[in-house]
This record gives sequence, structure tokens and C-alpha cells, in this order.
Amino acid sequence: MIRRLLVANRGEIARRVFATCRALGIETVAVYSDADAGAPHVREADRAVRLPGSAPGDTYLRGDLVVAAALRAGADAIHPGYGFLAENADFAHAVTDAGLTWVGPPAEAVAAMGAKVEAKRILAAAGVPMLPSLTEPITRFPVLVKASAGGGGRGMRIVQDAAGLPGALAAARREAAAAFGDGTVFCEPYLERARHIEVQVLADQHGTVLALGERDCSIQRRHQKILEESPSPAVGPALRAELCAAAVAAAKAVGSVGAGTVEFLLSGSGEFFFLEMNTRLQVEHPVTECVLGLDLVRLQLLVAEGHPLPEAPPARGHAIEVRLYAEDPANGWLPSTGTLHRFAVPGVSTAFAPLDRPGIRLDAGVEDGSEIGLHYDPMLAKLIAWAPTREEAARLLAGTLARARIHGVATNRDLLVRVLRDAEFLAGDTDTGYLGRHPALSAPLVSAVDGHALAAALAGAAARAGRFPSGWRNLPVQPQAVSYAGGVDVRYRFDRTGALVEPAGVTLVQAAPDRVSLTVDGVGAQYAVHRVGGMSYVDGPDGSVALAELPRFPLPAAEAPQGSLVAPLPAVVGRVAVSPGAKVRGGDLLLTLEAMKLEYPILAPHSGTVADLPVRAGQQVDVGTVLATISPH
Amino acid sequence: MPVLSSAVDPEAPSFVDNRTAMLARLAELDEALVAAAAGGGPGYVQRHHARGKLLPRERVELLLDRDAPFLELCPVAGWGTDYPTGAGVVGGIGVVEGVECVIIANDPTVRGGAVNPYSLKKTQRLGQIAAENRLPLINLVESGGADLPSQSEIFIPGGRVFRDLTALSAARVPTIAVVFGNATAGGAYIPGMSDYTIFVEGQAKVFLAGPPLVKMATGEETDDESLGGAAMHATTSGLADFLARDERDALRLARSVVRRLNRRPAAHPVGGPPRFDPEELLGIPSADQRVPYDPREILARVLDGSELDEFKPRYGTALVTGWGELHGYPVGVLANAQGVLYSAEAQKAAQFIQLANASDTPLLFLQNTTGYMVGSAYEQGGIIKHGALMINAVANSTVPHLTVNIGASYGAGNYGMCGRAFDPRFLFAWPNARSAVMGAAQLAGTLEIVARQAAAARGRPFDEDAAAGVRAMVEQQIETESAALFLSGRLYDDGVIDPRDTRTVLGIALSAVHSGQFSGAERFGVFRM
Repeated sequence: MIRRLLVANRGEIARRVFATCRALGIETVAVYSDADAGAPHVREADRAVRLPGSAPGDTYLRGDLVVAAALRAGADAIHPGYGFLAENADFAHAVTDAGLTWVGPPAEAVAAMGAKVEAKRILAAAGVPMLPSLTEPITRFPVLVKASAGGGGRGMRIVQDAAGLPGALAAARREAAAAFGDGTVFCEPYLERARHIEVQVLADQHGTVLALGERDCSIQRRHQKILEESPSPAVGPALRAELCAAAVAAAKAVGSVGAGTVEFLLSGSGEFFFLEMNTRLQVEHPVTECVLGLDLVRLQLLVAEGHPLPEAPPARGHAIEVRLYAEDPANGWLPSTGTLHRFAVPGVSTAFAPLDRPGIRLDAGVEDGSEIGLHYDPMLAKLIAWAPTREEAARLLAGTLARARIHGVATNRDLLVRVLRDAEFLAGDTDTGYLGRHPALSAPLVSAVDGHALAAALAGAAARAGRFPSGWRNLPVQPQAVSYAGGVDVRYRFDRTGALVEPAGVTLVQAAPDRVSLTVDGVGAQYAVHRVGGMSYVDGPDGSVALAELPRFPLPAAEAPQGSLVAPLPAVVGRVAVSPGAKVRGGDLLLTLEAMKLEYPILAPHSGTVADLPVRAGQQVDVGTVLATISPH
Repeated sequence: MPVLSSAVDPEAPSFVDNRTAMLARLAELDEALVAAAAGGGPGYVQRHHARGKLLPRERVELLLDRDAPFLELCPVAGWGTDYPTGAGVVGGIGVVEGVECVIIANDPTVRGGAVNPYSLKKTQRLGQIAAENRLPLINLVESGGADLPSQSEIFIPGGRVFRDLTALSAARVPTIAVVFGNATAGGAYIPGMSDYTIFVEGQAKVFLAGPPLVKMATGEETDDESLGGAAMHATTSGLADFLARDERDALRLARSVVRRLNRRPAAHPVGGPPRFDPEELLGIPSADQRVPYDPREILARVLDGSELDEFKPRYGTALVTGWGELHGYPVGVLANAQGVLYSAEAQKAAQFIQLANASDTPLLFLQNTTGYMVGSAYEQGGIIKHGALMINAVANSTVPHLTVNIGASYGAGNYGMCGRAFDPRFLFAWPNARSAVMGAAQLAGTLEIVARQAAAARGRPFDEDAAAGVRAMVEQQIETESAALFLSGRLYDDGVIDPRDTRTVLGIALSAVHSGQFSGAERFGVFRM
């Protein structure tokens, strides 16, 4: 029986596992890097052990440190979550070797699935439908180049013709070797317009393998899933039965124990082919939990403890999960870092647990004030809607997301809302190329920010409100002006009663520092405004906008010397540290001046070459004497 | 606290008529304000902008804290004279880095910002306000110097501006000069006499004599930049403390200077709004001056919570006296109720003013008086003696006085109710207000009676037709010269204000007053009993 469990992970998945532990009365142990010292998963654990450093390679990927932490904290089991060490056979070995319970598949199964080329051979033998691994010379294009040790889409490349193949293979090998320590790659025919369908499996130590229905994960960006749902709009009962049978066969073939996922590509013609199998809990497991009313982590723990699996309940309704990432779809999906000043999702019914009635589940790794760094995966949270029908789930999820207050970092929220409201998506007509075909989905929800900017400016005015009418003039000439980055200029003026005179056509109903209510053409709109420093985060009826206020009085840029350094005071040249022609970096000492018993260092203002050095040690210089000239590189 | 009640009926014909008359007066005021804001007119404004320069009010707006109020003082100085409305100067009280300051800005689009006699009066008045209320003075300078045709009215008295600047500094009231353009000859002493100076690079030109005069005086061939450029003054002469890259940068620097003046803004008191709508102030003052009106209706729309503790409410009822608060500042109020001041009212006022001095409470005078009562009964009753009591008290009172002419201010009533000659800290007029030695009709009629008597004494026939013409002409002239705008144009007040702004204007004035210290008078003149 597990009494104290360590989760070898961070963020939402650590919190997810802890939640089940608490429900079961199991004590919890967290590990954390220095960057995560204040993270929620650390606070929520009964005990926590520091992994010094912040880079994953120094912390969450250090199996030896994690096992040592478990022993030190008195844990008797380790749950790996997903990612990091979840599919590391050596780590699985180390855990069991240390006498701890491993909440995951046997190391052998992990190893078998980790090497994809080998896995394909085993599973094909077990009757799992398989795309052929292509051998050179390859004549049919397009093909997909994959890393044998890869996962989660990393290292994959689509090659359209023979000319592109050698380069793609070489690049994929390099990338695979760097990322996974194994440069083995292979090619498969690339199925266009295919869907990504996966089957959740769960196996106990007594030979029972349950197939818990499918998940459709076709909405991907660069092979990264961002929206998952169950059931798939493309899967009927017959196909489901075939998929589940294939998944069970695959799980049995590799001797999987615990949670696993068998991923398939479903072609437009209804054929499906094995893609890969993951021997761990998946990020998207909540959709399965919601439609089945199961706690998969609880079942994982039961299996690890040696209990037999109960029967699977029937699926009910429809669940959709979206992954909220700190990355900017409108800006090349660049990851966004910084402080998450606010993270508030309205109308959440539950967190980290199956819903007992239709509603919203939030599995978040972050909270107000979390620092979003570059060390780890930029996923902030998963938001799951469960409703009787797919349409209802999509509408509820879109509405909830749109009203969420997420301030401080750019996210893919607007994109997710657009997808959930997109006709093609709602028709269930999607495949893995969907996002690529619809670049317009990356556009922000709010196209014209005037209302938001006015609300931000008026909230600012409300925050500055004093005894007298705001901006009162007995001779009004011009409005107050506030400018935001991106060429957004707001002008506003109140009359003596606080009504807006400018801009015309807008009625100010009420303004407070955090809330502004405006009426335009007889329609009122509420804007929630959150001001942090020069930033205004404005959540309005049609979406959210982050506005960076420009300073009223920009500081003049520092005088950039034109390469010449002049003496700032009358002095004697002390040491000369460089000679003409020397290469210097900004901040390097060039020479010293001595005056009034003090020594003044003269530093290179920027990198460059010492073009001229007209002074020598001991020379008297006057104010303005040129000491050196640095020509930039 | 006793709360004032109101009998105002916005539907009543008299209210509607009064409001209509007031709106007509406000339209005249607006016209004057628009003329002031137009500066030198579109052509000069365009030329100024084309040079990348800001207008004086644009400079002021940037100098002020965002959303802070700005009370322009004497905005229509020069109205009705040969000089431009506004007198080429923008001035007022505004908040910079949380500190209330007096700001004076030359308008270079108005004849190059040249100083005419009204500019001088306005500048001196603003300086006086800075000194009396201890408000830092910020000069935004760009002036071509004296308006040469009127130099005889400017040169000799004008020197006082420089004396006042250094007197302010000696009194530890900070002075800051931001030079945007010309400040030559005498004008050079504006930065010269200021505590802090900021010169705009490539624009400020500050010298005693320009190249032609230097050539005449000494034969030296030189140029503007060597004589008085901003860079020269910042690096060589030391006259400029800060060299600003451009106008906006100069205003940034001015703000940073104020921030470091170590004048911590006091915690402001808070006062609740009146219970009655200030909008109704337009319909309360009688359109017909001969009809007095109850000033309590005004106070009910100006004082905090419409609360007034009346003093001696049953004695001398033609003058309302009482205590209230305005934006949280305690004030003693004296307000004419029935136009005329009698002996009882004068004695009541004298006592009340002494009480205010005893409790260091500022006084608010709401003028609506035709003067002290005349006639043998009143003369015999000692009306002069009693009026003198009141004037003595007003004149020697040392608590700050704020005066608003809300209707009429005639004769010695103007003195007793703290007219301009009695140096109230601030004096404002409503657009309907009139002020003169007496009413136009009375004055014209008096002149006719005197003329009739003179004719009779010389045994000459009295020309009735000619007299009627003269009388009409005189009446018209006096009527014009009694009007608020005319008097404001001559700097006899600090501005004509919209009645609905009264509470805000007085609140700003009271706040300014509290920037300095004050205490009640230790002694008064000998009271004639």
C-alpha cells in the first residue's frame, strides 16, 4: 500500500497527482528546482525536496537526485507525471532498485516503446495496423521523417520530394541525437488530411487491459496538440471497437502496465495506422476522465499497488480540453515569459478531478503572480469542458476562455477561442493540417482596440481622481492624451459633471480604477481593467487586450558618443591600459585620469577598435581634450 | 448640522427667464475665452506649430499632472481694450508633481509674446498670488520683450516683476524659468532672477543685447548663439541649469525640479458635495438687478453638504453670515441678502469678521449689494460710522478672503464686501455681475439733477432734449463699464467664472490659500463706536 508518494514532476501534473493522493489519504512529496521554489505544487505537497539549479538537466531530469529525494523524504512510491523522466527506462529501474513503488509501466515496456523502430516491428507482429517504414530509395512522397527515440512531435519532418530528403534526414538525425541521445531516424508515408486519434489504455498486473475510448487530438500546431476531445467526431461505434481492439493488442504485446496511450493516424478514407504508444499518463487524460467519470491517477495507483482493475463505465457526453500556452500565435508562436499578474478563470466547477456534472474543469500549474520562465514547458493550464453534446462543450469552453483573465504574458487563448467557435471545427471537419490551413485563427479576438484603450485610459483617470472634477478647466482647450504602444492614442475630456465630452458618441456610465462601463450606440459594455506599472490589461466583452502605456516624457536617449572620449575634468593621464589598434569591449578600461588625488577610469563606451590614442601617461589634459577614439566594429 | 433648504422651482417662469439671461451672458464669456485661446490667430499659430513649437496652453498641459485641474486666472485680461484678449499671457494655478504651482506662460503667437500694459498687470497679479499663497512660480518664457509703442507704461513699473521674483525666492517660494525662445534685454532677468532655469536647446535666446546693438555699442561682430544660445548658457555662462533637448524635455525637467523641491503635498481635507444641483445656479440670480435674491440658494449649491451654521440669523437680516465648509476647508461666509447694507448689517459683519480672525477661519464674501443705505434717518443713525466699522474689520482682517461678485457690487458696499482694493486673495465674478460707484441709471440721473441745479443757479433754461440724450449716453457708458467682462478685462478681478464652477474654483482657491500659513489679526484699526 502506498503511504507517501513523490511526484517527479512540476506544474499542473504534479498538482493533479497530489489532488488524487489527498483524496486517497496518501501523503505527498514534491521536488522542485530553484525556479519553482514558490510554485503551487511545492506549497500543496506535505513535504518538498529541493533540486538545486533550474535547468531541467540539473533538476527534474536528474533521476539520481529524485530517487535520493524520495528516500530522504520517506516516500515509498514515485509517480513520474508526463515528460521529464516519465518514459525513461533507466529511471524506472532505479526507482524499483531503490525499493520504491513505481507508478508506471515496467522498465522493459518503456524501453520497448521508446525505440520506435523496434516497437513497430513488435506491434505489426501483434496485428496492429502499421504504415510501412520506408527504405531507401524512397519514391512515394510526401514522407514523414521521425526520430526513433522521439515523442510529442519533436524531431518530425515532412518531406515533399526526393530533393529535400537528404537534408531532412541529416537534420533530423542531428536533432534527434541532440535531443534524445539517439540519432536513429526512420521514414513513413505521410498521410495528408489525417486525424490524430488515440486510445487510452489501462492495464493491471493481472493481465487485464482496458481500452477507455478514444481521444481526437487533431488540432495541432507544429505536431504539438493544443485541443483534445472525446469522443472523436470522426469515430463511430464500429471504428471505435476496431481502434480499441488494436490498442489492447498493442498494450498486451509490449506488456504495458498502468496507463498508456496508443496513438493512431486516421486517414480520410477511414483507415487507421499505428503512430506511437506512450506508456504514461498523457497531458490530455482529463477528457477521458470527464466522459467516463473516472480518476485515472487513482487507477494508476491501484494498479501499482497490485489491485485488479474494475470494469470501465460507459462514456457519457462530450469533453473538450484546450491547452493554454504562454506563447504568441500572432507572433510566430514565440514563447512569452514574465510575471503572470493575474490568472482567473470564471465559472470553474472543479480542478484536477473528474466533473460530477457538466461544467468546467481547470488543471492549472500557475496562479496569480507565477513567474513564467524559459526553463520549462510553456503550458500554463488545461481547461476542460464537459457537456451533453459536443456543441455545448465547445460553446461553454469558448465562453469560459474568452472571459478568463490572463494578464502578464501572451497566450494562445484567442486562437483557442477562435477554433472553438470555428464552423469547420464545429462541423467536426478537422485534421492535423487544420491550423496550418487557417492562419486567420491566429489573429487576436479584438481587432479594434479603441474601446479597450479608452477604458484603460479612463480607469487611469479614475485612479488619479482627486477632489476636483478630473481634468477640470475653466478654459478648456485640449483633451487629456494617453498613448499606448502600437500607435494607440487616446484622447478624452470630461465636463464639470464628469460626463465625457470627448470622444464624441461614447457615454461613460461609470469609471473606477479597475472597471469601466461605456455605452456606444445604446449598447453598454463593461471593461475590467487591471493596471500593473505601465501595463493595462483590459478584459472587455469581445476579448482581452494588453496595452503598454508610453511614458508622457520619454527620457532622452543617452548621449551616444561619436567614438571620441574627452576628458571630463582637467587632470593628468595616469595609466594607459590599451594601445592603438587594440580591440576593446564596452566597459574595458582604456586609461585613467588623476586629479584632486582621485583616479577616474575612462572606459570604452562600446566595443570596437582603438582608432586613436593621442595622450600618454603623465600628460596634462584639459576639459574636452580627446583622450581616445573607439571605432565600432 | 443645519442643512439649507431650497425653494427653487426650475419650472417657474422667473427661473427660466433668469437662466436664459445667464446663458446669454455665458455665451459672451465663452466668446471672450475663445478669443483668448485663439492667441495670435490661426496664421501665427500655424507658423508657430510649423516650427515644431508648442502653444502656451499646450506647454501648460504637458507641465501639469495628468487629469489635474487648472484654474486659469485673468483669462480675458485686456478684453475691451486696444490690446488682445488674454494679453498674450496664459496663467493660473495647476498641480505639478502633486504640488500646486502658479504657472505663467507667454504666448509668442500674440505679437511675439510682447509685454503690453495688461500683460504686465496680469503677470504681476499672478506673481502676487504666488507670493501671498506661497505657491512655486513656474515661468514658461518666450517673449520679445516690451511692446515698444506702450513702453512708457511698462518700462518703469515693469522692473517690479524682477524685484518680485527675487523677493519670492527670498521668501523661499521657489521660482523656475523654462525658456523656450526669446528672453532678451529686460526679459533676460526672468531666468536671471529665478531659482532654477531650463533652456531649450536651439530655441532659447537669452542676452542683454542682440548682435546689432552689440555692434553699435562696442563694434563687436557676433551672433545669437554666442550671445545667448541655450548651449552657451548651459556650458559656458552657467545661466542655464539644465539644457533641454526639446520643449517636451524642458517640461519633463521642470517637473523633475518641482518633484525635488521637497514640498510634500499636504493631505487634503475631504468635503461632500452639496445636496442641490449646481446646474440650478444659472436660474437663481435675478436677471433684473433690482430684484434681490436669497444667497442661501447659492450657498446650498456651493457649500459641503449644503450645510451652513448661520450666525445672528435674526439680526441684520440683509446680510447672511455663517460657518460652513467648502471641499472640507472651513469658511466664514458673508453674503448680501437684500442688496442694501444697513447699520445692523455693518455691525454684524464687523463682529463676524473678528470672530473669523479669532478662529483663523478664511472668509468668503458673496457680493450682491447696492451699497450702504442713504437718507437722513440712516445718516443720523450713524450709517457711515457703522460702515466704517465693517470696512475697518475687512481691511485689517488677516485671514484669507475670497470674494465672488454674484450680482452687484456698488458704492461703499464694494469696500465693505471686500472688493479688489481690499486685496482678497482671490476675487471672481459671475457673468451677470456689475460693479461701479453706483447704478448706471442712478449715476446718469444724479448727473442730470446736478446739471439742472447748475442751470437754475445761473438762471439759464434747461435743455430737456439735450439732457435726455446725455443721460442715455452716460447710462449706456456706465452700464458697459460696470459689466463683469469689462472689469475682468481691466484686471479688476481674477476671472469671470461660470456659476456652476463656483465650488470648484473656490475649492482650488482655498487649497492654494492653505499652501501657506495664516492666522487671524492680532489687532484692528480703532473701531469708531
